[in-house]
Amino acid sequence: MTEAASEVVVDIRGLWTVFENDRGDQVVHRDLDLTIYRGEVLSLVGGSGTGKTVLLRQILGLEHPDKGVVSVLGAPPAELSAKGAARVGMLFQHGALFSAFSVLDNIAFPLRELKLLPRDLIRDAALVKLQMVGLGPEHAYKMPADLSGGMIKRVALARALIMDPPLLLLDEPTAGLDPESSDDFCNLLRRLHQDLGLTVVMVTHDLDTLFDLSTRIAVLADQRVIVSGEARDVIAYPHPFIHDYFLGGRGQRAMEALHEPRAPAPGL
Amino acid sequence: MPPAAPRPESLPASPARQGDTDAAPRVERRDDQGVVTALGRWTSLAFSQPRDWQALTQSLEGTGVDQPWDLRGIAQLDHIGGQLLWNHWGQAWPASIELGESHKAVLEHVQQFTTAAPPRIEPDWFERLRHALNRGPVLMRIGRDALQLLGQLVIDIGTLIRAPHRGPWRDFSGHLYHIGATALPITALVGLLIGVVLAYLTSQQLRQYGAETFIVNILGLSLIRELGPVLAAVLIAGRSGSAITAQIGVMRVTEELDAMRVMGIPHGYRLVMPRVLALAIAMPLISIWTSAAAIIGGMLAANATLDISLSFFLQALPRAVPFGNVVLAMSKSAVFGVLIALIACYFGMKVKPNTESLGRGTTSSVVTSITMVILVDALFAVLFRGVAFR
Repeated sequence: MTEAASEVVVDIRGLWTVFENDRGDQVVHRDLDLTIYRGEVLSLVGGSGTGKTVLLRQILGLEHPDKGVVSVLGAPPAELSAKGAARVGMLFQHGALFSAFSVLDNIAFPLRELKLLPRDLIRDAALVKLQMVGLGPEHAYKMPADLSGGMIKRVALARALIMDPPLLLLDEPTAGLDPESSDDFCNLLRRLHQDLGLTVVMVTHDLDTLFDLSTRIAVLADQRVIVSGEARDVIAYPHPFIHDYFLGGRGQRAMEALHEPRAPAPGL
Repeated sequence: MPPAAPRPESLPASPARQGDTDAAPRVERRDDQGVVTALGRWTSLAFSQPRDWQALTQSLEGTGVDQPWDLRGIAQLDHIGGQLLWNHWGQAWPASIELGESHKAVLEHVQQFTTAAPPRIEPDWFERLRHALNRGPVLMRIGRDALQLLGQLVIDIGTLIRAPHRGPWRDFSGHLYHIGATALPITALVGLLIGVVLAYLTSQQLRQYGAETFIVNILGLSLIRELGPVLAAVLIAGRSGSAITAQIGVMRVTEELDAMRVMGIPHGYRLVMPRVLALAIAMPLISIWTSAAAIIGGMLAANATLDISLSFFLQALPRAVPFGNVVLAMSKSAVFGVLIALIACYFGMKVKPNTESLGRGTTSSVVTSITMVILVDALFAVLFRGVAFR
């Protein structure tokens, strides 16, 4: 287990991100280092504007850091191609489903783009993924406009997982879901993490999700990762942001869940 | 079961390893007992190599569910690979199979979730007929919508007249600038070129009859009365009509329209009316501007081909083209402007929250407004056939 856990999936070294605007440059990341290992569920936490989503986008190669190196599965992320879906799956905050396609076509899209596999195989594989995320086959021909928020997230997750990528990135996976759907979605993610052996990186503000799923929490503040580790270690770290974030009323309530006995986190 | 253990090598193969013969997914038949042995990486990434995929489909031929299978040689099996095997077996387990725990888990997943595709529910012809009858004839629907739009506009203008200080004047001036001022260069260029083309064409014919000086009448009348307004309207319909539809359509997609309604801000008064007013004022001005550019182009071309001096042209123009033509052209253009704005707003409001509908709405908006402009122009030509001729 230790051997597998030490396998690096994402490696970020000396990353600088600078946003240029009229009133001068705004440094978002200053010499940021972060390493993500196989099988982890890493949560990125930080206040608004600390560049959590930007970091995800840099891991995906959608944005380029001003300085520093990002490597995903041993290669620079900009090399993602049509086969990128086989390496990294991304769940965008609002799903980013193609509104012109039906649910099934959305999920099957990365496979269809290979222009190799037979249609039946693609359809069956997409239907399997649809049901793996807890939606029945009767939803296959619905259009994204006809789906509820929770269903959009599930379909988007199915699309992200269609090629079984080893790395899954989630941007606010439970934002905009009611508590029950949010719990359902967490359970779904935990099950998929277990079944598929995924490495998950997520940005979340939802403390329940955070404590429920993460095997490691990385806190972004002061333009870098100030601390990363298990929930208990992170909370113990002396920093005003961590104090406000975790030890406020919200945090106290969510942390009660931590002290309740719970099945050990899978994979660790 | 720890998650990392079942897939000891689930890192995708690097390009160097993909060509590796060990990695390519394939089946081999062991002769002694007819056991089919599967080897390599059965993953979607491996299948995305055309060469490997073709080799695999070839080697799969002649194997089937009735043979004994050995999957222990598969280095990596993902759900696509599992699906491929499962479908190859006709969605049933082979009578005899040897496989590891992790592969079994994947295949069991696939077995659990593979279903026949649900039937697409298409409405039958009776349903369609009922639907069509229910919605009424298309022309009547369009007529109703047009009436509603026009009525709302009249009410909004009434509101504006009663309380002009509360009108959306900032919006109005912004639209005036974007629709009017920024359209000046392109309309001038197009007008100028059309003037040149027309002058060259007619000069050829006129020279045959020795009627060179009539080029002033022909150019003046056709450009000021017809071509200028229509050309400007077509350009503005393509340029600003599409922009208005897209703007309002995106506001629909992002729920901004709903937000406005909740705040009690009426769409007609805040979105439609300023655009209609701006176009009603900008359109006649652009039309005159286009005509002027076309006349200048024609004048220069006439000077070059027929030796008609610029001063003669300018002196003859007012005599050839009575001022009534300018009034007619400007009022016609104002009507065009109102039409373009109303049609663009109408299609913008009708956009449904998806990308396809937005594209369709923009196309329909431009096509409809250009058609309407030409239709109304023909109507004007018939109605005012006796006006402002000499």
